[in-house]
Amino acid sequence: MSAGERAHDDRLLLDVRGLTVRFPTPDGVVQAVSDVSFQLHRGETLGVVGESGSGKSVSNLAIMGLLNRTRTVISGEVDFKGRNLLTWSSDELRKVRGKEIAMVFQDPFACLHPMYRVGAQIAEAVTAHSDIGNSRAWARAIELLDHVGIPNAKSRARDYPHQFSGGMRQRAMIAMALVHNPDILICDEPTTALDVTVQAQILELIEGVKREFDIGVILVTHDLGVVAETANSVMVMYAGRIMEYGPAFDIFSRPQHPYTWGLLDSMPSIDRRLEALVPIEGSPPSLLTPPSGCPFHPRCPYRFEPCATKLPPLEAPTAEAHLDACWLPWDKKVELGTQRAKKVAA
Amino acid sequence: MIFYIARRLVWTIVVVLCVIGITYVVFFKLPAGNPALRFAGKAPTQQELHEIEHRLGLDRPWYVQFGKFAYHFFRGDQYGWPGLGYTYASGASVKSLIVNRAPRTLFLIAGAAVLWLFSGVAIGVISAVKRRTVTDRVAMGFALFGISTPVFWLGLMMLYIFWRQLGWAGGAGYVSPTSDLTGFFSHMILPWITLAMLYSAFYARMTRNNLLETLGEDYIRTARAKGLTERRVILKHGLRASLTPIVTMFGMDIALLVGGAVITESVFNLQGLGYLAINSALTQDLPIVAGVVLLAAVAVAVMNLVVDILYAFLDPRVRYA
Repeated sequence: MSAGERAHDDRLLLDVRGLTVRFPTPDGVVQAVSDVSFQLHRGETLGVVGESGSGKSVSNLAIMGLLNRTRTVISGEVDFKGRNLLTWSSDELRKVRGKEIAMVFQDPFACLHPMYRVGAQIAEAVTAHSDIGNSRAWARAIELLDHVGIPNAKSRARDYPHQFSGGMRQRAMIAMALVHNPDILICDEPTTALDVTVQAQILELIEGVKREFDIGVILVTHDLGVVAETANSVMVMYAGRIMEYGPAFDIFSRPQHPYTWGLLDSMPSIDRRLEALVPIEGSPPSLLTPPSGCPFHPRCPYRFEPCATKLPPLEAPTAEAHLDACWLPWDKKVELGTQRAKKVAA
Repeated sequence: MIFYIARRLVWTIVVVLCVIGITYVVFFKLPAGNPALRFAGKAPTQQELHEIEHRLGLDRPWYVQFGKFAYHFFRGDQYGWPGLGYTYASGASVKSLIVNRAPRTLFLIAGAAVLWLFSGVAIGVISAVKRRTVTDRVAMGFALFGISTPVFWLGLMMLYIFWRQLGWAGGAGYVSPTSDLTGFFSHMILPWITLAMLYSAFYARMTRNNLLETLGEDYIRTARAKGLTERRVILKHGLRASLTPIVTMFGMDIALLVGGAVITESVFNLQGLGYLAINSALTQDLPIVAGVVLLAAVAVAVMNLVVDILYAFLDPRVRYA
């Protein structure tokens, strides 16, 4: 998409270009996120997939302005509705947080303050950005709790978080995120800490909210199943870099990157026996000293001459393919991809 | 809740009786000389000594005396209820002695507690927020100074500088607030600061550490993600969670000082309860020691209960069955 087109695209919410996050530490610089670019539109769910430490959470915290600015070095551009958030003062960012961009976190057990009533915590999110009275904020909290499916919202609002189940807490977190009808909802592993049955409900709720309010959702997860169910587009991250990025259907039906193959092959499903699972050998690299060239090359079964020395660019190998960062020639990818597909089908 | 409190109160009585019992055992079983000798005048005859021992009840075994003490405590004596007996030295009522001395200690504790709680928490918060800056270093330097400075030295320095040299405060001694309010404050301000300094330093360190730990919690990130101002994030969400252990410590510290502010009381010649107890122990005047120990033990036990109950209000996750 060219710059001219971008300006006319009023569905475009977020345009991230070359986002890079570094944490200087006494042991060296942690290269948490490197050169990440993506877009998010209204009505879109972007799934961000990767192992722990792949930079998926950090990039979202950077967008939210929740990283300590004195201890991180952030570069690149994060254009939100045409304005670059990275150039904003922390106070300007604060006014966007919880209002235009809201966030739901991984562990609902730890994310609500244990000593304040659930309703009060939501009402506080209301009054943080508007000058309405406490009783109206409380009423809004009850309305939202009811909206996200908390039964008896009026009395449950007076409960403390420990009186809520995990699923209800996550619903409360979503209610809290919705108080100002945000444009973007960032969900960082929203279902990881929950029971499987509750997971589906929460995903459904997020999906419903997205359609109802016409917002953009960034869904960070390490669970490909979650992404397959809900995402429109998928970004696969590894060692702080994007490995593969494209429409969700394409990623799942025609994955192009060996890392994505590895992720898919190591994912258990009902019709696959445990012996059929193929784990990715090795472990993710240290971000203090990431490997040279392609960060995945030490674990990649298909590595060859350029992988260890040269960083592959994120680009589409052919017109009909989606973006990936891999040196394998296109016909080789197609060949390996077909072999893989046959094996999975068998 | 009511049942819980009742059960705790019964235990309080048991604990206090044990403490007094131990006081009696220690007093009679440790070889410290015969108290009767002190009150018998120079070169008493054996018969005089026996008479005095009999009058003071020293000729009976310790458990009988302890039993009499407990009996009088619950039933009252000639000075009313609770009966604490009379001193060996003058035969005066121990209770009236304690009632006379208690306000000095209680005023000392109250003033110092207010000072150290507010200054300690404030310094701790500033230090945590400005972590690793000059402000933090200075504040923690103060804390180290406060913790490591002996109270008797600090008290004397305070007196020397602010009373002798500058004349800003009154010197040692106690002035009753009912007779001279300005004099009261002028005489109390130095003991307050001296006593508060040590505790303030502890509280500053504890607040700083607790707050830093709390600020790493996920719910603090949630508070920031809501778009709250940093001030509100720290003072409402951070401090609220960090204060619970501080409240516990505060209650216990106050209780322990009822009988334990001896050094401050001595340096500033306030002659409060701790001072009374130490002096009585030195003159082997058991009833006074027992009376002060009783009061101190009750203070600790009751404050313990108060803190426990307060905890349930401070932390909704805690509920007593």
